[in-house]
Amino acid sequence: MSFLKNSFVAWACALIILLVLIWFSLFTGVKDVRFWDLFGDGDKLVFFVVSRIPRTLALILVGSGVSIAGFVLQQLSQNRFVSPTTSGALEAAKMGILTALIFIPNSSLFVRMLFALGFTFLTSFLFIFFVHKVKLRSTVFIPLIGLMFGSILSAVSTFFAYKHGIVQNTQEWLLGDFSSVMQGQYEAVFLVLPAVAIIYLYADKITIAGMGESFAKSLGLSYEAIVYLGLFVVSMVVSSSVVTVGAIPFLGLIVPNVVSMIVGDNFRRTLPLIAYVGAVFLLICDLMGRLIVYPYEVPIGMIVGVIGSVVFLVLILKRK
Amino acid sequence: MDNTEKNKLEFETIAKYYGKKEVLKDVSGSIANRKITSLIGPNGAGKSTLLSIISRLIKQDGGTVSFLDKELSTYKGTDLAKKLSILKQSNHLDLKLTVRDLVSFGRFPYSKGKLSAFDEQKIDEAIAFSDLMNLQNTYIDELSGGQRQRAFISMIIAQDTDFILLDEPLNNLDMKHAVHVMKTLRRLVDELGKTVVIVIHEINFAAQYSDRIVALKDGNICYDDETAKVIDPVVLKDIFDIEFDIIERNDKKICNYFNL
Repeated sequence: MSFLKNSFVAWACALIILLVLIWFSLFTGVKDVRFWDLFGDGDKLVFFVVSRIPRTLALILVGSGVSIAGFVLQQLSQNRFVSPTTSGALEAAKMGILTALIFIPNSSLFVRMLFALGFTFLTSFLFIFFVHKVKLRSTVFIPLIGLMFGSILSAVSTFFAYKHGIVQNTQEWLLGDFSSVMQGQYEAVFLVLPAVAIIYLYADKITIAGMGESFAKSLGLSYEAIVYLGLFVVSMVVSSSVVTVGAIPFLGLIVPNVVSMIVGDNFRRTLPLIAYVGAVFLLICDLMGRLIVYPYEVPIGMIVGVIGSVVFLVLILKRK
Repeated sequence: MDNTEKNKLEFETIAKYYGKKEVLKDVSGSIANRKITSLIGPNGAGKSTLLSIISRLIKQDGGTVSFLDKELSTYKGTDLAKKLSILKQSNHLDLKLTVRDLVSFGRFPYSKGKLSAFDEQKIDEAIAFSDLMNLQNTYIDELSGGQRQRAFISMIIAQDTDFILLDEPLNNLDMKHAVHVMKTLRRLVDELGKTVVIVIHEINFAAQYSDRIVALKDGNICYDDETAKVIDPVVLKDIFDIEFDIIERNDKKICNYFNL
């Protein structure tokens, strides 16, 4: 597989695949929009700009962002099977949105995102603190704890959602869905860009932190500072994507693991590939969701969940 | 020991508690420059804790560590990382990094991630020093325990610090790899003038390779002397509470404690 690492041909192919997927993503849907319509048909152009472009952009940003966030979480917890799904982060983001809805009923998307950000950061912090406190290093034990942790948060959320008659809303966040992405309602997802930029700047430090506290300290780094920064940036990604498109399970788990199995864990080198695979994977899943029961849509969370859980099982069996 | 040069790494009245348990009770001493010092003692004597404190990994509850006449805690992380490195037991590391990538991280305090030609040269030297040239593009999770330990030691060598502290570097190694690691450490001292401190369990490795031995028992330093003086039946019995028979052959002392 080494030819994949730096061969120009490989990069060109990768780019072409991405462009083709973007093209299909932009021009697939119930409303028939073709390329030349954009120049003649004003209505279709508006629809294209308001709905199609945001959807494709959101898919790329969420796909890349959540995959990268998953890798960061895996490094900071030194566990392959930790991800936003298996650390309670997704449920925390949902709880944040719910809290915003209950206390500030007419809150803007931005306010909800801030709530989600706060809750996600706190929860991730608690989770990592817990992972470091218990010296039980069983690989499968930690994500199980995370799942339980998430379930508890989810149960609390559901209880309060029930009391306030918004259970349906919370259920909606459970399943990621890009069909409602529209101009004016999805811009929070661009928070992924600065988050990824920060992660790229700290890529080496995150890899070192992944080797453990004593390694980081011996190399003169402040381990705690890296952990705080990493968790904050992960929370940025998770909260902005949950607010705009909902929870996409397993994405942050399987993409980094598959990439790691092929090209390793030197984050500075693998980050672009993780971002790329995440985006491509989500674009494909979204297209599948849009085409399987055409003209209806299967929520992407369900598609990713089905594929993801299978890959997750394979990973558990392959990696000890 | 010649007293012409003052020891650079000194510690005074170090105390450490884990909860209510007193792990170190006001221990004082210093590490001889350009020597291998072995920290020995029964389980729970405080060896690893002392090593972690004098390498800034954990904070002591009382006392001071001074390094080059400055309090250890006053150093900036990166400055200290160029002078003193610590390698703990590699616990559960399934990172897929190549040996070369791992060793390159040893240059992080200097390079901040952008490797210069000089850094690359240091990395090459470090890999060659531990005899890992053929494995430099292998992922560390594919190495045997002994090869992996050598890869970590290579990283420490690339970090190029005068002081190198290692916590049980022979843990889980077979005899061949253990000997290889100890010979590498010996060469670090003899050829490059480094100061090495190790926590070690096998008394015979300490006897064969170290210049000095610091023995801990119940949170106190009970002996701190040249190796030859500590490798003595009476002294060892005092430290470990079992009988020792010291066999001398070709000027080397071998401890038999296995079945007396």
